[in-house]
Amino acid sequence: MVIYRASSWLSRAFSTVSSHPLRVCIVGSGPAGFYTAEKMLKAHQEAQVDIVDRLPTPFGLVRSGVAPDHPETKVVVNQFSRVAQHERCSFFGNVFLGSSISLCELRKLYDVVVLAYGAESDRVLGIPGEDLAGIYSAREFVWWYNGHPDCVGLNPDLKSTDTAVILGQGNVALDVARILLRPTAELATTDIASHALAALKESNIRKVYLVGRRGPVQAACTTKELRELLGIRDLYVHIQKEDLHKTPVDEEELKNNRIQRRIYELLSKAVTTGPSHPSPGQRELHFVFFRKPDRFLQSHERISHVAGVRLEKTSLHGVEPGKQIAVGTKQFEDLGCGMALKSIGYKSKPVDGLPFDNQQGIVPNIKGRVLSDTSTDSQLVEEGLYVCGWLKRGPSGIIGTNLYCAEETVASISEDVEQGLLKSTSRLPKPGREGLLQLLDDRNVRVLPFTAWEKIDSEERRRGSINNKPREKLATWEELLKVAGE
Amino acid sequence: MFISKLSRVGVWMVKELCRGKSRTLTSAGYTHRPSSHYLQTLSEAKVSRGAIFQKHRLFSSVNSGPSEEGSEPEEEISVTFVDKDGDEKLIKVPVGMSMLEAAHENDIELEGACEASLACSTCHVIVMDMEYYNKLEDPTDEENDMLDLAFGLTETSRLGCQVIAKPELDGVQLAIPSATRNFAVDGYVPKPH
Repeated sequence: MVIYRASSWLSRAFSTVSSHPLRVCIVGSGPAGFYTAEKMLKAHQEAQVDIVDRLPTPFGLVRSGVAPDHPETKVVVNQFSRVAQHERCSFFGNVFLGSSISLCELRKLYDVVVLAYGAESDRVLGIPGEDLAGIYSAREFVWWYNGHPDCVGLNPDLKSTDTAVILGQGNVALDVARILLRPTAELATTDIASHALAALKESNIRKVYLVGRRGPVQAACTTKELRELLGIRDLYVHIQKEDLHKTPVDEEELKNNRIQRRIYELLSKAVTTGPSHPSPGQRELHFVFFRKPDRFLQSHERISHVAGVRLEKTSLHGVEPGKQIAVGTKQFEDLGCGMALKSIGYKSKPVDGLPFDNQQGIVPNIKGRVLSDTSTDSQLVEEGLYVCGWLKRGPSGIIGTNLYCAEETVASISEDVEQGLLKSTSRLPKPGREGLLQLLDDRNVRVLPFTAWEKIDSEERRRGSINNKPREKLATWEELLKVAGE
Repeated sequence: MFISKLSRVGVWMVKELCRGKSRTLTSAGYTHRPSSHYLQTLSEAKVSRGAIFQKHRLFSSVNSGPSEEGSEPEEEISVTFVDKDGDEKLIKVPVGMSMLEAAHENDIELEGACEASLACSTCHVIVMDMEYYNKLEDPTDEENDMLDLAFGLTETSRLGCQVIAKPELDGVQLAIPSATRNFAVDGYVPKPH
């Protein structure tokens, strides 16, 4: 077992960095965290950057969000690994903001604290029956098939039903649909978690419904994901022809929006080129537009288990392109299913001492600078505290979005550094890394450095190579901590 | 393939050492391992344009080395990159090389998150002149799918990894979009997508 001593870091820190470095701590090691680190290291030669993460494994959603059949999207970890190995950068896993260390303590230790811990919770529908068994958030389901240690025990029942309803039509919804419908032989050679692959092999689900409140013109997915889903081998795709009807406002929306235009074209093509009926035993994907969930229906046979979703037909209101909203029409219909997945958005969680906008689920900020108080118009900022990624702008966008998000936050930090707001000469220098490690050591927090992740990484690859997979993820805390300490 | 990989690691290490950074052999070996594995899976399971392209890229990087004996002098074109700060840099690019690779060989800051596998839009460049843009072959559906998501998309946007140097492109100007800077393309006004 490796026990990390502050002393080894002390000597390293003094040998490589000038005597008064700019002490920077980034919380969260997903794309937002790593892009921020990379840009801080480049922009500030005197910066010493520490990235902390609550998991023993870095890379956030690149590891636990990106679908296993998208290996090319995960290539970005090569770049992130180079950042982590930069001489002025360190990664400390197994450090949980809020329990290992408080935000207040972190801010006392560092000149700059950037929160980039993303969105680890879910929006709720707030409709009856949401707590029934058989209903999951898409985030949990994604974490489950991606081997996130917090969802290894989710154990969704894929055997007792042939129908799954997914509420939402964004990329996460499409990912989940694809994982449920794609032939398991194709998933077997990916880094999908072994417990998920085993469950999917025995899955009886052959009908998946993707339900959206608005129409094909407003679909929230991206073209790549849609093209891929529609291209699944031997899949029957059903879209109601009349749902493709466009209003003048829709036409206007399409004219101004390239991605919506291309998505609409893909959906139209799927309607005109596909067969009109599924062949026996064929897997089916149904796009259900202009419907919003009203309530979940309870099973008569299985106590407290979901048996379906009551949907209300909607129509679009509003004349401004891009701002049409779905309004219920009081016409209802029931859609039977034994499993329902809510894919209506992730939500960030606040920590103690952090201004938080509960309505939007983000930290109030201006260009990454955290605002103290949103109740008044005064734009007082929290000194030395910044945000980046989903915590800053809400849970949307792709990996690359964080590049520009980090650029903006780092530009704000640079301005504040230049104005002398962060490292005033009249104050004592902040302890930074040494102070953090000392404090964590005092609390018996087992800090896992990047080398511990490298051990996990090589063990996962070794196990994967046995099964012809790129890696076999260690999916429990016990295993992760054990291998990290070997 | 293995040799080319090694030579790239070598070149990379020399570059890093020149910059005065100290890195160990093991860390270099580590960071390159995932990419080689990725190549393997892609070429075996799912031969995409990106994979073919990347193979070609690795292959060409071996043959185009200046120390290579017996190789014919390669045709080069001039390319100007306009970086995020608006600074221009004129470079020579051998015919057949992608703009992403050319940028990286010349220390131009152009992101390449997916390493030319057509899975991101971070190497987005804007062709500064409509005339040059029209000399390029039309983007594939796959490139367009990625361009859909590019930050600050314009009518003359392309992915740097998909623009391959050819004689007609001699003199082309490419701008790297930035979150903190606006600019205009000759003959075109950028508009939101």
